[in-house]
Amino acid sequence: MDNELTALGIIFTEFYYWLTVVIMFLIHVGFCMYEVGASRHKNHMHTLMKNTMLIPLVTITFFFFGWWIYFAFPNGPGITGGLESAPWAVAWSELMGPHMGGAPATDALTADDTAGWARINGVFWAAFLLFSWTAASIVSGAVIERIKSTAFWILAIGIGSVWWIIDAAWGWHSAGWMVKLLGYHDAYASGVIHAIAGGYALGILLVLGPRIGKFAADGTPRDIHPRNPWLVTIGLFLIYTGFWGFYVACNVPMWDIQDGDGVFFSATNIYLAPTTLSAITVNFLMSLSGGLMMGYIVSKGDAFWTYSAGLAGVIAASAGNDLYHPIQAMFIAAAGVVIIYKLHYFVERKFKIDDAVGAVAVHGYAGFFGVFIAGFFLWGYPSSPDPSFHVITPWGQFIGAVIMFGVLGFIPGWITAKILHSFGLLRIPKEIELAGLDVGANAERYAAEQGIINAERAAIGGGSV
Amino acid sequence: MSTGSFENWAGTITDIGPIYPFVGSEMLWFILALVFWIWWHIVQTKRENKDYADEIKRFGSRESLNKIVGAESSKDP
Repeated sequence: MDNELTALGIIFTEFYYWLTVVIMFLIHVGFCMYEVGASRHKNHMHTLMKNTMLIPLVTITFFFFGWWIYFAFPNGPGITGGLESAPWAVAWSELMGPHMGGAPATDALTADDTAGWARINGVFWAAFLLFSWTAASIVSGAVIERIKSTAFWILAIGIGSVWWIIDAAWGWHSAGWMVKLLGYHDAYASGVIHAIAGGYALGILLVLGPRIGKFAADGTPRDIHPRNPWLVTIGLFLIYTGFWGFYVACNVPMWDIQDGDGVFFSATNIYLAPTTLSAITVNFLMSLSGGLMMGYIVSKGDAFWTYSAGLAGVIAASAGNDLYHPIQAMFIAAAGVVIIYKLHYFVERKFKIDDAVGAVAVHGYAGFFGVFIAGFFLWGYPSSPDPSFHVITPWGQFIGAVIMFGVLGFIPGWITAKILHSFGLLRIPKEIELAGLDVGANAERYAAEQGIINAERAAIGGGSV
Repeated sequence: MSTGSFENWAGTITDIGPIYPFVGSEMLWFILALVFWIWWHIVQTKRENKDYADEIKRFGSRESLNKIVGAESSKDP
């Protein structure tokens, strides 16, 4: 910070990540609107609070241990090495608080640590935290109207502050073992956010079971339509908006990418491989368009599915959207939407899965598809600037997708749900599900309103209006 | 008396590290925060279970549930 150019670079990077956090906040505004719109009137407040309270709970736990996991676990540990030291990322580090970057107050840190992390640690942590909220929010929609808040918040902490950040350390870190050994490439988080969250939701749904009335006695599924489709669609529009911040936060804004002599600064993806903001902007819009167009066709113009398909289209192309041609991104998105739409209804019928908002399909299946298809389109591409890392391959991507969706998503979700179920903490009582989660609050509200009405009638009768 | 670890902003800024109060007590704050976090879950879990039990007593009869379900509407609220 002792000359203007260095200061400009550091402060620009700090501001860049801060801005992504603000934009990504809209994802959560959107998720809240979406879930409330999808839930029935008798469950609105509970649905809203269930999603809202994941924000503070995932935030504090991501502060306590999530951030440290990202830096400590790139080797597994035990696959390509041991636990990495990350003294700037532990909750009690001085670098987790306001810091001017001068000499460290403790021996745990070096002068390079404080100089390098003082202005970046907080905004970088926050950008990752907003991904954590997203992962938990994806799960939230699938389980509405029958899960206990207690259970959901424990599950949210699991996906938001533990499982997704382990997968980020493995497959979304410039030194992650999946990148090194498998050539795993997932630039905008098809797998590391969406596939894992979809898999986690599916594991929970298997234990949680469907809402009362979702399936007829002969097993035929019934549609429980969004109660307020307009709120749902506005919510999804806001999620699209927040997704811009999500994409930009997946990049490093300025990095010297020149190997050898000289200096050349560029934006990079999370693996520190070059890309441009232009590339990802065009590809975002083309994959959104491919998803929307195919969603409109396969759902026969259903607003709920068309909007969701726009999102699924982006997710299906995200793994390679730093490198695809825009028309490739559009076709990948469209193909992904056909697959996830068909798969959603197949799984619903076959396994009696009640995914209230289609989250497993839109995020889980689209994310899995997105990771896998990138292996074909980007076959032989370098996965990292480090030439010793494995190149991108279909089989590396397939194994990666299985790890994201299955190993770190489905299995932990299923096991945690089983444990909560065994303690009677997972599902609300049948009477509450029938009466509605807001029954107590609504009764109080109606009683208060009736009191006001009675008072007004009395005032009219007395001629004192 | 000063809770900060520096005297003023007039010296060399690059000498200044953490600027929050009580530098050195971070572990204590962390432990307190962990306790607060666990306490919140315990209170919330007990409250949620009690609320459900109370509401089942109040609204859980077959007659009451029939009335509530019968009043549900497919229209937007």
